[in-house]
Amino acid sequence: MRYFPHTESDIQEMLQKIGVQSLDQLFSTIPSNLRLDRPLAVEPALDERALMDHLEELASKQPKGAPFLGAGAYPHHVPPSVDQLLMRGELYTAYTPYQPEIAQGTLQITFEFQTFVTLLTGLEVANASMYDGASAAAEAALMAVRISREKKTKVVVSRALHPEYLDVIRTYLQEGYEVVEVGFGPDGRTDLAALEAAVDENTAGVLIGYPNFFGVVEDLAAAAKIASDKGAIAISCTAEALSFGLLQAPGALGLDIAVGEMQSFGNGLNFGGPGLGFFATREKYLRLFPGRVAGATVDRNGDRGFVLTLSTREQHIRREKATSNICTNHGLNATAATIHLSMLGKHGLRALALLNYRRARYAREQLAAHGVAPLFTGPVFNEFAVRAPADAQERIVEAGLSGGLPLRRYFPELEDGLLLCVTELHDKSRIDALVAALS
Amino acid sequence: MAELTYPAELRYTKDHEWARKDGANVVIGISAFAQDSLGDVVYVELPEVGDTITAGDSFGVVESTKAVSELIAPLSGKVVERNDSLVDSPETVNSDPYGAGWMIKVEPSDAGAFDKLLDAAAYTQFTEEQG
Repeated sequence: MRYFPHTESDIQEMLQKIGVQSLDQLFSTIPSNLRLDRPLAVEPALDERALMDHLEELASKQPKGAPFLGAGAYPHHVPPSVDQLLMRGELYTAYTPYQPEIAQGTLQITFEFQTFVTLLTGLEVANASMYDGASAAAEAALMAVRISREKKTKVVVSRALHPEYLDVIRTYLQEGYEVVEVGFGPDGRTDLAALEAAVDENTAGVLIGYPNFFGVVEDLAAAAKIASDKGAIAISCTAEALSFGLLQAPGALGLDIAVGEMQSFGNGLNFGGPGLGFFATREKYLRLFPGRVAGATVDRNGDRGFVLTLSTREQHIRREKATSNICTNHGLNATAATIHLSMLGKHGLRALALLNYRRARYAREQLAAHGVAPLFTGPVFNEFAVRAPADAQERIVEAGLSGGLPLRRYFPELEDGLLLCVTELHDKSRIDALVAALS
Repeated sequence: MAELTYPAELRYTKDHEWARKDGANVVIGISAFAQDSLGDVVYVELPEVGDTITAGDSFGVVESTKAVSELIAPLSGKVVERNDSLVDSPETVNSDPYGAGWMIKVEPSDAGAFDKLLDAAAYTQFTEEQG
């Protein structure tokens, strides 16, 4: 699909067609006090070379290298081959072509994306992606209510879930639902006794981070059992999908829904967005889950092909009775993740996850050996919190590094907590520099 | 397509549901006209036994390959039985709408409600006007 801007003669032709002399006359119905009677106050345009110099100068002010920062968006290597393939004209469009007659390639990639999500989460069905982890979590909460046939109105959420996910859940559920928070213990894991006390017969769903916001790996099976014992739907939210390369799949631990963010695969940090939400569940809930779904079928010659399926649940057909408000997906981001995952393969995924785990463990041990103790005792993947000196951020910047999230921004009681993330992009010398800066 | 029939012993609604007396209870399904308009039924969602349904309100959905439609209760009452075989064989709604394709059995809260529904002649006339 190609788009061209209007030329001056295009504009004149269109004005003539509708019998208007000029663009000013076309906009004459807009009151003059609302119209700008001068050019926009922007600097004159730079030529291409000068613009590149300017951008390079701005970029040089950034600390070099990946930040020691995750907290929902993770710095990972995106192989250049991902971008190279993504630039293909068939794929590089804001709108995904869905007509099966002309879009078999796109639909097959979508189907393969879903397959990857089911493999990673250990669940049976997945959709063609959501906007981001936060909206996927909120949609999962709404789906739990739907599964209860709208009879249950309460959702129990771990306070160790990403605080911004929790904000989005509260926004989605502000009318007619109750969102109850459950705290965490000194291990950084959700307080299971408090969870058990909070979950009752009116609880539609239970949402737990996996790993949670502190990078701590929860006892997901125990949380799922607490939920299912009371007839509630157990939902895991994973912001760092690379952790699935090492951790047990939610589906194997008794979870009914697994959602989260897949930006880690094939998608850069992009200043915090766009993200790539994923959503997987059990087949028995197929008709209650939100979003687009690509399905495999056969054409009239008996050859395998792909189509969008279950569209009857969606807005353009069911209007206000639609299963969900989401009627679209992040196709391009999902394509990038699919390309990256297919290049990693099963063994590459595990190797990359192990590398992240080992580097984070090295950083955590070195920091502890130099007087920067872990904040929590629970097991972690590639992200962890420490008790940091008050001027930790200044020290990190002075060392020419970046990152580290002060936890007091979201958790006032964790005054000296600093959340750090270590991935394959942080080699030993950079980790050592971080340790030196903080100790 | 075989001609659509509307058995005389049943009562009907303008939402295209049928009702049949079964002792003190009433069995409910969708009419031949409804299943024919919907096309191939692929999924049926029904209330649970013990649920209460209200006349004029939705008590479930029926999904075909081209649309999802609400099932509208012909009368109010409590669900005493539902046809779970429709989960695995929703196509029965097309092949046998008045028999094996029945949906729920209800204990009516108002015993007189059944007699106020349309009889076969009135419903047939209604579908002809619709058609």
